[in-house]
Amino acid sequence: MNIYVIMKRTFDTEEKIQIDSGEIVEDGAEFIINPYDEYAIEEAIQLRDEHGGEVTLVSVGDEEAEKQIRTGLAMGADKAVLIEDEDVENGDQFSTEAILAAYFKDQEADIILGGNIAVDGGSGQVGPRLAENLGINHVTSIVNIEIEDGKAKIERDVEGDQEFIEISLPLLVTAQQGLNEPRYPSLPGIMKAKKKPLETLDLDDLDLDEDEVEGKTNTVERYLPPEKEAGKILEGEIDDQVNELVSLLKNEAKVI
Amino acid sequence: MDFSFSKEQLMIRDMVRDFAQKEIAPIAEEIDRTERFPIENFKKMGELGLLGIPFPEEYGGSGGDTLSYILAVEEIGKACGSTGLSYAAAVSLGASPLYAFGTEEQKKEHLVPLAKGESLGAFGLTEPNAGSDAGGTRTKAELKGDKYVINGEKCWITNASFARTVIVTAVTGKDDRGKNKISAFIVPTDSPGLTIRSEYEKMGVRGSNTTELVLEDVEVPEEDILGDPSKGFNQFLYTLDGGRISIAALALGIGKAAYEAALQYSNERKQFGKLIGSFQAIQFKLADMAMELELASNMVYKAAWLKDQKKPFKKEAAMAKLFASESATRACNQALQIHGGYGYMREYHIERYLRDAKLMEIGEGTSEIQRLVIAREIGCPR
Repeated sequence: MNIYVIMKRTFDTEEKIQIDSGEIVEDGAEFIINPYDEYAIEEAIQLRDEHGGEVTLVSVGDEEAEKQIRTGLAMGADKAVLIEDEDVENGDQFSTEAILAAYFKDQEADIILGGNIAVDGGSGQVGPRLAENLGINHVTSIVNIEIEDGKAKIERDVEGDQEFIEISLPLLVTAQQGLNEPRYPSLPGIMKAKKKPLETLDLDDLDLDEDEVEGKTNTVERYLPPEKEAGKILEGEIDDQVNELVSLLKNEAKVI
Repeated sequence: MDFSFSKEQLMIRDMVRDFAQKEIAPIAEEIDRTERFPIENFKKMGELGLLGIPFPEEYGGSGGDTLSYILAVEEIGKACGSTGLSYAAAVSLGASPLYAFGTEEQKKEHLVPLAKGESLGAFGLTEPNAGSDAGGTRTKAELKGDKYVINGEKCWITNASFARTVIVTAVTGKDDRGKNKISAFIVPTDSPGLTIRSEYEKMGVRGSNTTELVLEDVEVPEEDILGDPSKGFNQFLYTLDGGRISIAALALGIGKAAYEAALQYSNERKQFGKLIGSFQAIQFKLADMAMELELASNMVYKAAWLKDQKKPFKKEAAMAKLFASESATRACNQALQIHGGYGYMREYHIERYLRDAKLMEIGEGTSEIQRLVIAREIGCPR
């Protein structure tokens, strides 16, 4: 099977986000593989081990993403492609998806796995839009997948409920938490990852012009959520407290 | 100068950090309280290749460098000093001398299971009356036919209860100058006459396995002598030089754990209507901790780098161990002070960090011995 994983380098979830003149400060921040993409990588490796074939990691980003890609190779993926998007103006989900589509139209993918969302942008759009563009089936937010005779049996998470789907390949799926427990990259895996093929492509290699993939969205403003203020603890008889709560919700918080 | 780590070194550090925080840190308090050796975590560490980082693949290792190994010790130490100590001793004291001085057969037979993590390494040097004063070694090995017969006692030997073999140093005779000739022997732990007891009650690193060895007419075939029979003394000095970098890294990990906890607490704890971190009295403590640990990091990484470059590192390893361990104890002590009454409580981990850090000033050569080593290296008269 030709198994592909689309993955992204993101901020470490432990990092505190800082904003300076409307831009997120990246200096000194730690970066990781997007945690949902880690589930996708793990599942891809398990599918390969069961059905044979190859796992190829594909990431759109800058050269800094090499460390995260190599980590994916250290987990057990076979090869990787990094598509550099430094020349893209105002890149957004459309840009990433358009670049990926240009790459995938020349590939014979049986299955493409990705994360349900990236923990930075959080749009959850790239996967489904890519599938639409390639004209293949897609299922988002999966928590289990079994493949047999060109068909996939999938369990997906629907806001806490389960949906069971049978669907034919080729297919794009996005991984939800609970799909698996990603392995640690082992020491021998890390040492081997050095020698695994990592191909770097740019827009020219994909016959794309910069303006073809320019972002379609415009960020108007970026700000941090307001600091949480100390809560109010009501006192007195329960009836009085309830009355006070209702009046506060009505007049102060204006939510009812 | 280039202060950056390679991609592999960073990947190894990140993986070990992730593993240590998820698998080791959650049981650190429990193993300290109950003095339980966390063998299950050593199995997992073996599967991930952590016990073979600095050894080539042909000997079951991962083919990494000293610096990668040192970063791993630091991350494990940050999660749990006990686990860190047993890890550092297994690699630096148990496996390293086999790699550095063993014959091809000895490496295949004894290093491979250690590097793969199937067994833990142990190094039997210290005796009730001899540690850094190796000249005082009393354990004797006498050649009878084609076998050595070893008699003696060893104390404070890390990991021996979980080891397949233990390297034991013993006096084999006198050299031309009338000084004791010391050799190292590879002794299987199931040898008749060898008793291994772990009955010590320690102040810190309580989850680490610390044992006493009693050797009564233990027979070892002549070929199980490790390396050059007449250079056992120099061999273990070299082994200890390498071990010191790992103890320094372990101290660094413990110190950083205490410092990070104190910094976080200072950003949360309010007194007199203000965060205590806004008081200069607390800020100065934190600034000193940050500075000392940063300086210690530089020295530890430099010593490891020198070893990787095959350059002399004896002086730098002693400096790294001395400075990192004393900085770590100071950092833990100040972190406890910043936490006040909470710091004195087991629940906050700081008191454990302090108890664990104190050993770093003692094990594998006290701070005083490190100063002696440095004094010799800089050319003080003997």
